[in-house]
Amino acid sequence: MADNIPGDLKYTREHEWARVQGKVVVVGVTAHAQESLGDVVYVELPKVGATLTEGKQFGVIESTKAVSELYSPLTGTVVKVNDALADNPSTVNTDPYGAGWIVEVELSDPKQVDALMDAAAYADLLKNA
Amino acid sequence: MARRTPLNDAHRKLGARMVDFVGWDMPVQYSSVIGEHEAVRTAVGLFDVSHMGEVEFSGPGALETVNGLISNDLARISDGQAVYAGLLNERGTFVDDIVAYRFSPERIFICVNSSNREKDFAWMKEHAKGVKPVDRGDDWAQIAVQGPRAAGLVQRLTKTDTSKIGTYRFAEGEVAGVKSIISRTGYTGEDGFELYCAPDDAVKLWDALLTEGQQDGVKPCGLGARDSLRTEMKYALYGNDIDDAHTALEAGLGWIVKLDKPAFIGKDALVAQKAAGVKRKLVGFEVTGSGIPRHGYAIHKDGKPVGEVTSGTMGPSVKKPIGIGYVPAELSAEGSTFDVDIRGRPVPAVVVKTPFYKKP
Repeated sequence: MADNIPGDLKYTREHEWARVQGKVVVVGVTAHAQESLGDVVYVELPKVGATLTEGKQFGVIESTKAVSELYSPLTGTVVKVNDALADNPSTVNTDPYGAGWIVEVELSDPKQVDALMDAAAYADLLKNA
Repeated sequence: MARRTPLNDAHRKLGARMVDFVGWDMPVQYSSVIGEHEAVRTAVGLFDVSHMGEVEFSGPGALETVNGLISNDLARISDGQAVYAGLLNERGTFVDDIVAYRFSPERIFICVNSSNREKDFAWMKEHAKGVKPVDRGDDWAQIAVQGPRAAGLVQRLTKTDTSKIGTYRFAEGEVAGVKSIISRTGYTGEDGFELYCAPDDAVKLWDALLTEGQQDGVKPCGLGARDSLRTEMKYALYGNDIDDAHTALEAGLGWIVKLDKPAFIGKDALVAQKAAGVKRKLVGFEVTGSGIPRHGYAIHKDGKPVGEVTSGTMGPSVKKPIGIGYVPAELSAEGSTFDVDIRGRPVPAVVVKTPFYKKP
């Protein structure tokens, strides 16, 4: 499933994805990320209203064995968090690009998305990893 | 270059995710840790534990020699029986935890942790008064077959009557045509066997168990499931829950320390500690707030550090975040509360009765 890379999303080197919807961006982790993590058992989310900074840690995702940091692909304000992950963290494994989304961020500068990778560039990154 | 067990190619063929584990290239999971964990609780799972070390003491006086090295008592068990024991130093803390198999008073076979194999052997060689140990680590592969369907599976592959092999007993026989030590032991809290065989026979035995086990829902299982299964039982892991900084009494393993037997290394220290009172204890706790305790996290009481988490996970069967850790004796009673410092955040936890997992 590691080659599951939707064409309409943007990507980071830390294996987060971003779905750009105007000024608001939905953020999650890629199929590759969830597969590397293994069974996700806990997601530590930021609070609505928190400020995220591009490249900085904004949460933690834990699998049965490992604790991994979540890095923000963009700078902005959290407008929504996926509270459903508290009860069903495994959604990150089963539907990483859908119900397993993590946060919604309102961008401080919409041009930031240009710096993210497109699907082809991310596919290359995985191939060369 | 990491060491490989005879089953290394077999793991890769099954699509296992391999990791370096104390210098060994081992499978951490094949499909999913939770799926493998559940297979062991409800059906049967196979673990390659060939990385474990083996040491043998053979000759007149073997039993007495080993009894001078280990905390449990080989004189109290029969031939064909095994004991879990501590290999303790003079301070009563752990060099390792081991399983000693009594074939006869003149042949004792010891299974040691892979991480401690060289250290244990050197230590035994130095301290053994009498029979000298022989390192048999390269002569044995080991496969653990664990779960409620393990007994049925192994029985279909052997003429040995496994119903006669009680818990912590063993027999020599053939499984799937492979000469094996069939030991009713394990590290998961489930019924099952640990099968020792020659390295050259390991693939044959592994394949036979996988094929015959299809009807039982057998799953090959990695180190991830092994860790979550043993944590739910509060079975100690060397390097996490027990080490050379904590005594056997502090670890709650007084039951493997026979203070009334003749001298063994560590006895005097433990007798003294018992008389003075054990001041810190290894407890099992549930996190009642949000988060998962992990090895190395601090335990706080009223904002002050008082202990440390030694193991922790989200228990796949108990479906709660659970942990094991050292706390002052006054916080060790069931119902005692403290905080676990989860990445700088105090998260409440409560001491509970263990094992965490009870069979339904």
